[in-house]
Amino acid sequence: MCFNRGVWRPTYLSKMQSSSNTARARRAVQQLRIEASIERIKVSKASADLMHYCGEQGKYDPLLMGIPASENPFKDKKPCTIL
Amino acid sequence: MCDQTFLAITFGPCDSCSENRPLMNLYIKTEPINYCSLCMEIMACQGLASGETLKSLKAESETLRKKLEEERKKLHDVELEKVAEKAEALGELNMKTRRTLKGHGNKVLCMDWCKDKRRIVSSSQDGKVIVWDAFTTNKEHAVTMPTTWVMACAYAPSGCAIACGGLDNKCSVYPLSLDKDENLAAKKKSVAMHTNYLSGCTFTNSDMQILTSSGDGTSALWDVESGQLLQSFHGHSADVLTLDLAPSETGNTFVSGGSDKKANVWDLRSGQNVQSFDTHDSDINCVKYYPSGDAFASASDDSTCRLFDLRADREVSIYSKDSIMFGAASVDFSLSGRLLFAGYNDYTINVWDVLKGTRVAILFGHENRVSSLRVSPDGTAFCSGSWDNTLRVRQEGRGVGRELKQGGTTLYG
Repeated sequence: MCFNRGVWRPTYLSKMQSSSNTARARRAVQQLRIEASIERIKVSKASADLMHYCGEQGKYDPLLMGIPASENPFKDKKPCTIL
Repeated sequence: MCDQTFLAITFGPCDSCSENRPLMNLYIKTEPINYCSLCMEIMACQGLASGETLKSLKAESETLRKKLEEERKKLHDVELEKVAEKAEALGELNMKTRRTLKGHGNKVLCMDWCKDKRRIVSSSQDGKVIVWDAFTTNKEHAVTMPTTWVMACAYAPSGCAIACGGLDNKCSVYPLSLDKDENLAAKKKSVAMHTNYLSGCTFTNSDMQILTSSGDGTSALWDVESGQLLQSFHGHSADVLTLDLAPSETGNTFVSGGSDKKANVWDLRSGQNVQSFDTHDSDINCVKYYPSGDAFASASDDSTCRLFDLRADREVSIYSKDSIMFGAASVDFSLSGRLLFAGYNDYTINVWDVLKGTRVAILFGHENRVSSLRVSPDGTAFCSGSWDNTLRVRQEGRGVGRELKQGGTTLYG
């Protein structure tokens, strides 16, 4: 048994690592090919969309806007006078 | 990347030699190929024979990486902060602690809300998992796990079960009984089996499937009923520390973050790593999707939180200050995505304006690291769990809905 990356593993597994360097490099190249081929948009467009979403949803956001006490399940029930 | 993590993930007939063996799952030009380890080695050597040397592969790897960088750079025409100058300024926030949940005997490591917006499940270092009613602060259920450091817990969408795990390398599901006296441990079901600690778990859209992340460097999708592994996700070169599922409207992907400083986006069905982000300088402790699903935020030991846009395929904002020197452990967005709540190892919670990149509030109160933070499903409150053994539920304290001036550009409180 040998200690590899913080875990005990059978030694034959570590030996296999070096002979799979090519397989690993090939997998890395395949992965990079996939990543390089995806469609991307400009940051200006992405930012505009994020802003638009925040703007649209902001008025329904209770952590942003607050909640009326009458609708707030976390508010302690206290006697109150209506002014 | 460590080959050991591939071993014995699926078992079946090899595509090449047709023998029933433990299979390695590989993708060649997006086609899934399931070879046993022997055929994999043969294929690798054949690759060498056709003139593809380790050297040429490494060179191609470099070229592709440079190309990726250039492509991303081309589209970087403006900063999010600049665009956000047009956005309305946020008024002062007044976050108040509404409930403090006391009862854990040791560090709270993880928590999750139930879809009913009132129940919370939390897990701790001493192995206890507690289900709370956050309105009344009552403990509804308590389970003692046969392991310490329960680092992950999750509530099922139906509210009828919880999942948890940690140093036992497993994720177990406990159906929640209406009978408070019933022994929950008796009905426990072991679902996931990893070869190292469980760092994160979440149910997918139903009670039937669980997604897990582990210190063994992989994430995996499991069927709860049979415990069968449905899909495994390989690509991290170190422990996977966190994961988050995309909001259901946007499709079948999830993002994971790890000790390898990378955040990877995965396709649930194919197991493919579709995007990768590696701008952090240290371990990524938490990742969370932006509510629209077009972006995600991350919290890292490098004391920064960052926003990554998926369609622009790059980091678009960084939330940091020179005065913040401790790692960030957990993040979550408010309902609209305008606020980012982040819990840090210096016991504070910083609230960031996601668009402008500025900090809008610091919240004190915890007496030790904030380990876990989640906004409730309806966005009315957020809960933070800490190494001080407590959980705190906080809300925006003004108590009165803000008014938007008609046609105006400022918010009043």
